[in-house]
Amino acid sequence: MAGEIQKKCVDSGREKVFKKPESMNDVYVRKGGAAPTATHYCPGCGHGVIHKLIGEAIDDLGIQDRCVLISPVGCAVFAYYYFDFGNVQTAHGRAPAVGTGISRARDDAVVMSYQGDGDLASIGLNETMQAANRGEKMCVFFVNNTVYGMTGGQMAPTTLIGEVTVTCQDGRDPDCAGYPLHMCEILNNLTAPVFIERVSVSDIKHIRKAKATIRKALEVQRDGKGYAFVEILSGCPNNLRQDSKESINFINDQMEKEFPLGNFRDRTAEVSPLIRPDSDFSKAKLDEIFNVSSGIEYAKPDPDFKDCLVKIAGFGGQGVLSMGIILAQAGIFGGKNVSWYPSYGPEQRGGTSNCSVVLSANPIGSPVVYNPGILVALNRPSLEKFGKDVKPGSYLIYDSSIENYTPPAGVKTLCVPAVDIALKGGSAKAANTVMLGVILALGKTELTEKEFEKAIAESFSDRPKLIELNLKVLKAGYEWAKENLK
Amino acid sequence: MSDVQNKQSPYPVIHALECKACGRCVLDCPKQVLELGKVLNERGYAFAVYKGEGCSGCGNCYYTCPEPNAVEVRVPKVPKKEITEA
Repeated sequence: MAGEIQKKCVDSGREKVFKKPESMNDVYVRKGGAAPTATHYCPGCGHGVIHKLIGEAIDDLGIQDRCVLISPVGCAVFAYYYFDFGNVQTAHGRAPAVGTGISRARDDAVVMSYQGDGDLASIGLNETMQAANRGEKMCVFFVNNTVYGMTGGQMAPTTLIGEVTVTCQDGRDPDCAGYPLHMCEILNNLTAPVFIERVSVSDIKHIRKAKATIRKALEVQRDGKGYAFVEILSGCPNNLRQDSKESINFINDQMEKEFPLGNFRDRTAEVSPLIRPDSDFSKAKLDEIFNVSSGIEYAKPDPDFKDCLVKIAGFGGQGVLSMGIILAQAGIFGGKNVSWYPSYGPEQRGGTSNCSVVLSANPIGSPVVYNPGILVALNRPSLEKFGKDVKPGSYLIYDSSIENYTPPAGVKTLCVPAVDIALKGGSAKAANTVMLGVILALGKTELTEKEFEKAIAESFSDRPKLIELNLKVLKAGYEWAKENLK
Repeated sequence: MSDVQNKQSPYPVIHALECKACGRCVLDCPKQVLELGKVLNERGYAFAVYKGEGCSGCGNCYYTCPEPNAVEVRVPKVPKKEITEA
């Protein structure tokens, strides 16, 4: 074993030292507090042991600068206190999605996710399986201690049959709570994973085996070969009310029986590095993807322009959202900053929907409009819902088909026969365009007729026949408003 | 930390302040040269101590310790004699 010792430890010339890996911080400045050199883990916790093994493997492989760890929700949420490399802390169970993004964006990154049984096997089960099935280039360290640690020791998907936790005080009953989930076995049914192994960090004998396995899984990442999954049986002496001896025995005697250790798959020798096309995040490429072509990047400075807040609401299918887009587009042509913020139900037709449009000469802080300067309501429910938000002095525009409506006091109200005007223009569907004509006539947007026309032409560019009809209807709405605005 | 060190023998360095007294090192020491002390450290734990001799330099205590900063093992180089792990 002498040779192995030499490989494992720091060789300072005169002596060899087993000590904290270089890729872990000396002082946990992000943690701070009264004990900035100690972890936040309970005495005897398996996380610290695993952290050290990961750190040591990273040191050995010389990959620290390429590493990004995804930390979970769970006790290891603060893993970024301890490691001296990239880290993203994600929402519960979402490490595989974030890891996928990082791996795809940075092909050279060594992406690791570090997740507990609650995070990975419960809320994150789907994402875990999808990422494994896609063969994402990431190394998953799945820390299985049969219990939700951070939240106080509740039953987890991996809790053993008969094991007592605070939420199964008579022991886990399979008739009520099902059986422990075997993640290695589940993932081993998929084709893509390169490496799957279950290890334990119960005692030193197991820790030394785990060390080799963790290193191997990271080698798969170093070489960019694909998905590696290491399940690590670990202790939670605090929540399971065990001392260190009992914790070790529990893992060795009970957990191992349910979760047999061993390698499930190792295709490292037969697979070659997975080369994915480079991601192009240049502005030109993104503009092309999102079809951005206006060419205007900044709003014209205009200290006199008061932000114009518009809310448009109605049934889905009445053109509520597209009307908002046309208005926002006209704002862009007029050199304004704009935002368009839709809100709608699951229905394509028939549900209610609304959108908020903000036009501003300044950067827009929030796209949400609570008290619109102009409210356009195309049906009664939206008039009743949003009418009360309109402050005195602001405009409330609604379709004349809505009868017997009493607007709030002080609000400038316009009851527009929008559907009738649109019908005369050729299509009842163009009632939204009539309303645009009315907004144009109000002058609050300070946009010109030309800018509205350009926006309509842009919006209907894939249906050119509709452009002329809508321009006619826009004009009709504008003229109606001019006549009726006194 | 033990005051008496034979410079030719391996020895563990236990940083008393960082030890949380879980006792894992005591259980995993093949030479049984570690024990939990009776003195509390600043953070309130009866930290582990080295009995002063008998360490074989295997590194078990380092690997089984969950606290990265709590224990290190120093193994002086002995050119002729091979260090063995029990």
